[in-house]
Parts: sequence; structure tokens; C-alpha cells
Amino acid sequence: MEMFKTLIVILLSSVLVNNYVLSRFLGICPFLGVSKKINQAVGMGISVTAVMLLATAVTWPIQYLLLDKLGLGYMQTIVFILVIATLVQILELLLKRFSPTLHKGLGVYLPLITTNCAVLGVAINNINDGYNFLESIVSSLGCGLGFLLAMVLFSGLRSRIDESRVPAPFRGLAVTLIAASFISLAFMGFAGVVDALFA
Amino acid sequence: MDILIAFLVVAAIGLAAGLLIALMSHFFGVPENQKVKEVRACLPGINCGACGFKGCDDYAAALAEGKAKPNLCVPGAESTAEELGALLGIEVEPPKDVVAFVHCNGHCEATTKKAEYTGVTSCSAAAMLYGGPDACRYGCMGLGDCAAACPANAICMKDGIAHVDTSRCLGCGLCESICPKHVISMVPQETAVVVMCNNKDKGADARKACSNACIGCMKCAKTCTHGAITVANNLAKIDYDKCTGCGECAASCPTGCLKQVFFPDLSEEYEDFKVN
Repeated sequence: MEMFKTLIVILLSSVLVNNYVLSRFLGICPFLGVSKKINQAVGMGISVTAVMLLATAVTWPIQYLLLDKLGLGYMQTIVFILVIATLVQILELLLKRFSPTLHKGLGVYLPLITTNCAVLGVAINNINDGYNFLESIVSSLGCGLGFLLAMVLFSGLRSRIDESRVPAPFRGLAVTLIAASFISLAFMGFAGVVDALFA
Repeated sequence: MDILIAFLVVAAIGLAAGLLIALMSHFFGVPENQKVKEVRACLPGINCGACGFKGCDDYAAALAEGKAKPNLCVPGAESTAEELGALLGIEVEPPKDVVAFVHCNGHCEATTKKAEYTGVTSCSAAAMLYGGPDACRYGCMGLGDCAAACPANAICMKDGIAHVDTSRCLGCGLCESICPKHVISMVPQETAVVVMCNNKDKGADARKACSNACIGCMKCAKTCTHGAITVANNLAKIDYDKCTGCGECAASCPTGCLKQVFFPDLSEEYEDFKVN
């Protein structure tokens, strides 16, 4: 029961409180780039979630069974980048084979997950927070879902912005960034909520 | 010793990753279309996007599926078009000749200035200062950035607006890309009718700024029997693929901003296009 409660806290806090895009400001590039249409935003969110899960499932054992055993903890960043890049390549291959439409829709952003700091951030933070394997998986699932949530919310907001009359100096990226900052502010309101729920 | 272990471990992980990708692409990879590959080999591969596709790969895919014409590659020019035509077995139409056209007729009598500009004689500088000195913020400012850029000396300034000598114009598009107001565009050489306005404001505001402005009244769009004219953003636009050059729209235009012209011979009637 205690373990279950911990997992729920980890999941909720990584979706809402420590949202990677809106609270930690990682993975901004796809957040701004692919959020124009909601179906692409969902596709991107799901593939980032999948890559985060895969990345954690692979990097956690590598860290604890290989790097720590050999005293190579300092190689963490390089090894993780290598592993994540490989995973994304494989995901791209599979998507191209099994879902060409999604592959086409994601376009240039799929290779960009390779260098997506949110994915690397999840892998490294799971280690830094001292999570065990199960907790790491739940945490990365939460981070991925948080990313998906941010993408969907923001693409909905952007379609409203597209239809509204924006003053000339703010048109385009400027108003998009302002809208992003408002969502981010709104998510700041979640601070402390999850801990209080289970206190 | 430590560095050696680190080196070996990272190298082993890299090798394993590489092998995994190679295996996956062997078993799950999508076989690349041979035709696309051959077509792609003919293209210059600089991904300039001038063909209107996302890059050479995208254009090659469209060509292989027969969805695109082989004469769209600008850097490759005719040689590439012929090569592609031979490869795909289609006849190549020569690329359409285009000339530059200034979509503005706001000469000194038609429009006014909202300010006296005394800065550097350059459109891009003037445009940065509250959108330029002219009453119409869409029109030609007549400071001659295009004329300076023109390699063929085909543009001259007259009555405060730029004029293109279409017989000299090479169709390179340098003026189009340098104009801060985007008032110049490339039109087909056999164009018969042109829109001589770039004002996207509502009719009343456009009229206030310039007596020759397009007021977006839609008359031309209704007159055109070929469906070649659309009015978007309060400005008429001609689809030159559909236009037959009958000139009925020009006759119906209440402000005279749609005009019938004869390129490239500059007939006496159309004094505006004479270069002095």
C-alpha cells in the first residue's frame, strides 16, 4: 500500500507539479514547433512518452548495472545520449514501417527527439532522485503524459489564438510565447497540491 | 587504466547501438523506391525549396509518383528538366518566362505622404521608420532598392513609384526578394491583366490612402467568367493559370486598378510602362 501511494505521488507530481515543459522548461522546441495542430501534438506527445519510457527502461539498468559497477558514473551523459539517439532511430524506423502517416506528420521533429532535452532530463533525473526501477518507469510515464498534456492544452490554445485578432507587434511567435508563459504560470498553481493530498 | 575501461565501455555501447540499428533497418526498414532514388540523383540536392516542395527528396517523391512537373527545379534549370523528362518519359514544357511587376499605381497625384522622409535613400531604411513615409503602407515608396538590385538595369523610378521595363527584365526575382513592401511579384510574360495595387486595407481606408487603390469590391471576381480572380484581404488576385486575358475585369474595375497590359512590347497606349 505504501509503495502504491508513492507511485501515485510520483505519477501525479511529474504530470502536474514538475511538468517538464511548463515547470522545468525542458523540451520547448517540440512544444512550440509541433503544437499547431492537435493531432500532430498528440502524435508527438505519444512518441515522446514512448521514447521516455523506453529510454528509462534502458538507461536505468545501464546506470546501476554497468556504469556504477565500473565506477563510470561520470560517463552518464554521454552514454545516455548515445542510447537515446539509438532508441529514437529505431522508433523512427518502426513508425515509418507501421504508421507512415504519423511519420510524415511528425516530419523533422521525430529526429529532433534524439536531442530532446526532456528525454535526457527524465533519464538523468530518475537517477538523481534515487528512484528504483519501478519508480523510474512510473516517473517517466508521468513526465511523458505531462508533456502530452502540455502539448494538447497548448495546441488548443493556439488554435484559438490563430482565430483572434492579435495586435501587429505580437503576431506570430511573440503571442505564442506569451500564451506559453500563461499556461506555465497556471501550472505553478499545482505546487504543493499533490504532497498535501497524500499528507 | 580507468580511461581505458571508460573508452572500451562507451565504444562497446556505441557498437551495440550501431549493430542494433543496422539489424532493425534490415528487418523493418522500408525499401526505398528505386525510381525515387534515380530521380533524386538527377536533382542538385541543395534543398532550396524553389520547386515548392520541402526539399529535393520531397520533390523526387512527387516526381516519381507523377504528381509534379519536371520543370520546377530552378537551380538545375533546363538541363535537369530534360534529364528528368528523359528518365520519367514525359515531355518537358519549357519553364514559363516571368517578368517582374510592381503592383502599385500610387503615383504622386493619386496618393499623399504622411511624413517627409529625409533619411537614407533606401526603401528598407524608410520602411523601418513607422512603415515608411507614404499614406499607403502597402505601396511602393519609390526609393529605389529594387532599381539598385536589378542586374539588368530594367527598373526606373517615375512619379514616386518603380517601373519595370519588361523587355529588359531577366525574371531573376532579385527585386521581388529585396522589396520591403513585397509590392513586386513575378508574373508570366504573356500576362494580359495585372492588379496595380497591393493595399490590403478595407475599401474606405484604401481609398483614403490612394485614389487608385483596389477597394476589394469583388466586381472583377463576379465579372470574370473563367474564375481566375479571387478577392482575399480586400485585394484582387489573378490566377494566371486560368486567366485568358479577355480584359473584361479591367473594363469593369471602378478604380482602374485592374489594367490590361501587353508585355513585353510597350505600346504607346500604355504610357505607364515606358521607361524614360
